[in-house]
Amino acid sequence: MKTTQTPAPLPAEPGSGVPVTKIDLPSGKPPRETKPEGKVLNAFSHGILVLWAIMVVLPLLWAVMTSFKDDSSIFGSPWSLPDTLHLDNWSRAWTEANMSDYFLNTVVVVGGSLIGTLVLGSMAAYVLARFDFPGNRFVYFLFIGGMSFPIMLALVPLFYVVNNMGLLNSLPGLILVYIAYSLPFTVFFLTAFFRTLPTSVAEAAFVDGASHSRTFFQIMLPMAKPGLISVGIFNFLGQWNQYMLPTVLNTDPDKRVLTQGLVQLAVSQGYKGDWSGLFAGLVMAMLPVLAAYVVFQRQVVQGLTAGALK
Amino acid sequence: MQHGKYRFIVGFLALPLGLYALFVVWPFIQSIYYSFTDWTGLSPEFKMVGLDNYRRMLEDDVFWKSLQHSLMFAIVLPLVTIGLALFFAFMINVGGRRRKGGPVVSGVRGSSFYKIVYFFPQVLSIAIVALLFAFAYNPDSGAINSFLRGIGLDGVQPLWLGDPDLALWCVMAVLVWSTVGFFVVLFSAGMASIPVDLYEAALLDGAGRAATFFRITLPLLWDTVQSGWVYMGILALGAESFAVVQIMTTGPGGPDYSTTVMVLYVYQKAFRDGQAAYATTIGVALLVVTLAFAAVVMRLGRRERLEY
Repeated sequence: MKTTQTPAPLPAEPGSGVPVTKIDLPSGKPPRETKPEGKVLNAFSHGILVLWAIMVVLPLLWAVMTSFKDDSSIFGSPWSLPDTLHLDNWSRAWTEANMSDYFLNTVVVVGGSLIGTLVLGSMAAYVLARFDFPGNRFVYFLFIGGMSFPIMLALVPLFYVVNNMGLLNSLPGLILVYIAYSLPFTVFFLTAFFRTLPTSVAEAAFVDGASHSRTFFQIMLPMAKPGLISVGIFNFLGQWNQYMLPTVLNTDPDKRVLTQGLVQLAVSQGYKGDWSGLFAGLVMAMLPVLAAYVVFQRQVVQGLTAGALK
Repeated sequence: MQHGKYRFIVGFLALPLGLYALFVVWPFIQSIYYSFTDWTGLSPEFKMVGLDNYRRMLEDDVFWKSLQHSLMFAIVLPLVTIGLALFFAFMINVGGRRRKGGPVVSGVRGSSFYKIVYFFPQVLSIAIVALLFAFAYNPDSGAINSFLRGIGLDGVQPLWLGDPDLALWCVMAVLVWSTVGFFVVLFSAGMASIPVDLYEAALLDGAGRAATFFRITLPLLWDTVQSGWVYMGILALGAESFAVVQIMTTGPGGPDYSTTVMVLYVYQKAFRDGQAAYATTIGVALLVVTLAFAAVVMRLGRRERLEY
């Protein structure tokens, strides 16, 4: 693995570009061809960009291709195209390998916790952003602190907290824990967002006799929609892709979520050594998010980078 | 706006704060307390043992190995990932050749295509990525070795994840693969906000691409680079490294503990070996390492803030 942290070494002599440009200008020739860092370097840096693009796409294409092959050609010739499209891999994975159950579990857990996260997160963020009360700062930093602590430290006692509540190996238990661990970033992001919204509309509604909660649900929440979408996408991907929490808190084979189910399948040598089915399952789990990303590309990127950019 | 204000505040904060306190804050406090006990996690009985767990940890060879690997994750990974991402982002946004009549700074051709493609792995679950690469690394039938055979390199057939000297690098490469795209997009956004006239002035002074990068782009992007560094380090010490190591390497923990990282060791001690108290002790060490890492990066990276 080579560090390419410095861009290509450029022995370009300072100043050499300018005179050339100046001399060439009167004759009306485009100056670029004569620049010292011309074609060779450009080909080099463009080559690296293309190379990385191939390195990103190739493993994904390879997985899709492999999911249509039978076991013997997966092991015999990993790079050959499938002789025929073995669609049975997909149906076998969906039914026999329980991918359908894992999908359903994931949808239920992510659906529940996403709604919970957005509702509870925006409630807390609204109060913290808009009201002065003793302890405001303390509560805010309590939430924010959760962003930088390693989850693993809390996981051991958390296991017993969840166990004592009788919520171990249950989807509602998982939902509540997902919500709790999604709150730090959600509150952080939405607090900043609510601070930027104009107060005058809310104040007018309040003067007209709307209660605080009515003002929040009917006026502030609709105004906060762009922020909710950003933070919603961030949480959706995080919760859909979550692996560590279900691995620890959810060991019942019937309650597994997608990531967990796939890893379990692979660990137990595929179900009955069915590697082609396993690949089909893998691709099945990859495609929905990739498709969603291609369609909602702009929003996904904004949602994911919003936090780091502030 | 005073009417019913406090009732409203309490009503709105109670549920989120309660959930957060119960599932996040309380376990954190408990885990520090448990690290001074001999709790197994299997029976409810335990007694205080003072610093015994910490003493044991300092004499535990596997702990030191896991610490060493975690530190490599926190230092090497961000270095490579952010370095690559800076290069890509610069080429995509600023590094294009100046075309006649075009804007002063522009990226290479097809820059938006690269940005979309590079981001792909970021939306996939790290667990699925790890599984995929575990197959690709397979020494006999995996995609990588068979590719090497295909281009005539029959003699080069590493064991990859089975080789104690290589396993850790293989695992780290997967994390680089999956994270670079995020930073390319992040840095691109940062670069887009740098005023064009700065580049214009540099070009008039005859600056080449390297000079432009080191004298203009990097200094103005420094804040973003730094917070990206901390972000990446925390990920590399925590959840991400857990998933790749646990899923990809045999054991898990690799041949001869060659890939054991601190998070994985916490998990194994608590949920496999029934040593919950000792696990929380290692967890506290992980917390210390994480905070120290963030502090060091913020300290070393402190520079005069450039306004533009």
